[in-house]
Amino acid sequence: MDTLATSPSDVAVEPDRIRAIPQGKVGVWWFLASEIMIFGGLIGSFILIRLAHGGWHAEADHVHWRIGALNTLVLLTSSLTMAWACDAVKERDQRALKTFLFLTMLLGLTFLGIKAFEYSWEISDGFTPATNLFFAFYFTLTGLHACHVLGGIVANTLLWLCAVRGRRWPMIQHRVEFAGLYWHFVDIVWIFLFPLVYLS
Amino acid sequence: MMTTAGASLTSVTEEHYAEPSFWRQYVFSTDHKTIAKQYLALALFWSVVGGLTAHIVRWQLAWPAGTRLGHRLLTPDAYNAMVTMHGTIMVFFVAMPLLLGAFGNFCIPLMIGARDMAFPRLNMLSVWTFFLSSLVLLASFFVPGGAAASGWTAYAPLSSVPAYTAAVLGQDLWILAVALEFASFLMGGINFLTTPLTLRAPGMSLWRLPLLVWYEACASLLFLLSVGPLVAGAVMLLLDRLVGTGFYLPARGGDPLLWEHLFWFFGHPEVYVVALPGFGIMLEILPVFARKPIFGYRTIVISVLTAAGLSLIVWAHHMFVSGMDPRLAAPFSVTTILISVPFVIIVFAMVATLWGGAISLETPMLFALGGLASFILGGVTGIFLGSETTDIYLHATYFVVAHFHYTMFPVTFFAGFAGLYYWYPKMFGRMMNERLGKLHFWLTFILFNAVFIPLFVVGLAGTPRRVYAPAAYELFKPLQHFQVAATVATLLLLASQLPFVANFLLSMVRGRRAEKNPWRANTLEWTVESPPPHGNFAAPPVVRHGPYEYSVPGSRVDWMAQDQRFEPAQAAGGG
Repeated sequence: MDTLATSPSDVAVEPDRIRAIPQGKVGVWWFLASEIMIFGGLIGSFILIRLAHGGWHAEADHVHWRIGALNTLVLLTSSLTMAWACDAVKERDQRALKTFLFLTMLLGLTFLGIKAFEYSWEISDGFTPATNLFFAFYFTLTGLHACHVLGGIVANTLLWLCAVRGRRWPMIQHRVEFAGLYWHFVDIVWIFLFPLVYLS
Repeated sequence: MMTTAGASLTSVTEEHYAEPSFWRQYVFSTDHKTIAKQYLALALFWSVVGGLTAHIVRWQLAWPAGTRLGHRLLTPDAYNAMVTMHGTIMVFFVAMPLLLGAFGNFCIPLMIGARDMAFPRLNMLSVWTFFLSSLVLLASFFVPGGAAASGWTAYAPLSSVPAYTAAVLGQDLWILAVALEFASFLMGGINFLTTPLTLRAPGMSLWRLPLLVWYEACASLLFLLSVGPLVAGAVMLLLDRLVGTGFYLPARGGDPLLWEHLFWFFGHPEVYVVALPGFGIMLEILPVFARKPIFGYRTIVISVLTAAGLSLIVWAHHMFVSGMDPRLAAPFSVTTILISVPFVIIVFAMVATLWGGAISLETPMLFALGGLASFILGGVTGIFLGSETTDIYLHATYFVVAHFHYTMFPVTFFAGFAGLYYWYPKMFGRMMNERLGKLHFWLTFILFNAVFIPLFVVGLAGTPRRVYAPAAYELFKPLQHFQVAATVATLLLLASQLPFVANFLLSMVRGRRAEKNPWRANTLEWTVESPPPHGNFAAPPVVRHGPYEYSVPGSRVDWMAQDQRFEPAQAAGGG
């Protein structure tokens, strides 16, 4: 039904706009879509259950919002350095790429370090995941997020090592951009988590 | 390939087209065809295990433990474990690796004229993750306490409190195995969704894609979008079990219904993730063996996208009697009844494809037709379950069991067998034995119906599912001969798979060598050698028309490969 009525031997070669996008980018976006559903499911459950239980304001008083705010600042800055790293790779500036990737890793590790201290304070104060449902969600939400931050740090470290050795320059260009997309996603998840967990 | 990503793809593919070692060729392969066969091998292995679990369950129902023929060692806990593992294995470890892992991986690159998937190494990682997941699930049978016993649906708190079943470690391993399986198919899904977008041969527009490619991509998208909430739920389930959180415990402020919502939000789209590739296989086979174009190609594509979208908003029809807010019942009944519309459209299109065709009943066609007929019966029985009023009576009875076997079994096994008989020549370079194939079909078709029709009967009479010994209740004693009939049919059905096993294995070494296109089909995989070489195509084919140009008026032959030009029949003198 498609073509024979017109010209059977026509080759319709369309300039597919999708083909202009690097394959890896399409792949990373699909991956991010699945991750959005994972965090969406968890966050959605948290919101609905928290509303059903009257808001958990008393329980939520025990999180340290100032630490959370500091971590937000750290993560947002790391997104900035990641964006600068992506710019550096587009301009083939190896030195800038190394610097900004390193800074992103450092800030990511700082985030995790602050989180670790925060967890240890909360646990020593007697608030564990088993204490109440609010803290069960708190640890699960921030813990799952922290695992994703760790994954991002690992990916950025591998890219930084590639940049340091000056190797595989054409390939690394796209991969830095993909890692950047992932890192920004992790940051955006935190932007949702921070008000829902710390500020409410 | 003009993009820099294309340059890296070429270098990756070039390095594995030199002569590889045994390990790189058969074990650590990035070739989509080998990966497909690895998925197939695992699926066939698990189908044997899944069949054995069915055997044990059905034996207990016909001849309960303690009676003369009863199994002497089967406790109620072990029975629950068998029921649980039967469902888990069949859905996650047979249907998905067979329909998506095997057929998706094998067919997609070939059908679009590509050399391989977009991300071959990710593909290899996906099958290895699935292999790891299989090991974990297999291990769960042998750990103390045995395999998980809370149903394939793992409802909380039976699944979230370790003390409630014997399977303490078994349930943890179940969660881990299913999580790994999800990761494997997410990785595969990224390939299935990227490859048809970026690697189509010149001339292969989206509207010229074979329907199987559409259906595999749609199933992958559905899986990718729906599995997230269950991953979140599974993390919470594991934390409940291991750390003592109370997500699903009312005493701790939690809610068992949270699990049900998270599970079924995925669980319902999951059955369409399984059904869609099965339909795709049937849609590829029907035109070939009717020598007729597909009826309503674009309508079919739009219908499947609609059905997939709708499938995300029907999930609570599994929860009508769960104690959820009763006001949810009406909207979910409406959406559930609605979803039958696109499916009916697709079924009508299939029938219209057959109408007036020159039908030849080779084994692939027999299985495709048998699958279609059985699915129709399954689909119409779903109407009674989708409407809350009748579901209140039928929920958790054998009516449900019969309904979902009349849908899942056809799309997994009838369509799966259809695909295997159809693509076996391409995959293995040999023809299967046609007489054994027909024997396999008729035995399977008749015995499948003999198993599940009695289950509709006992279900309508109220027999509850997942019950160790319904015969212990006076109410169900008169129905016992139906249970026995279903069990006898099950045993014969399992035995009937032996002709297939023999055929599959023997044909690989003794079958007639297959030509490029034994079925005279149009899709691009039939234009290359059987089996195709590494890299599939010497040069990218140039696609000139859609995949279903059969019996074109005035054409010299009744088929036209997608990269062939129209050839008019001889005008004068010739035939």
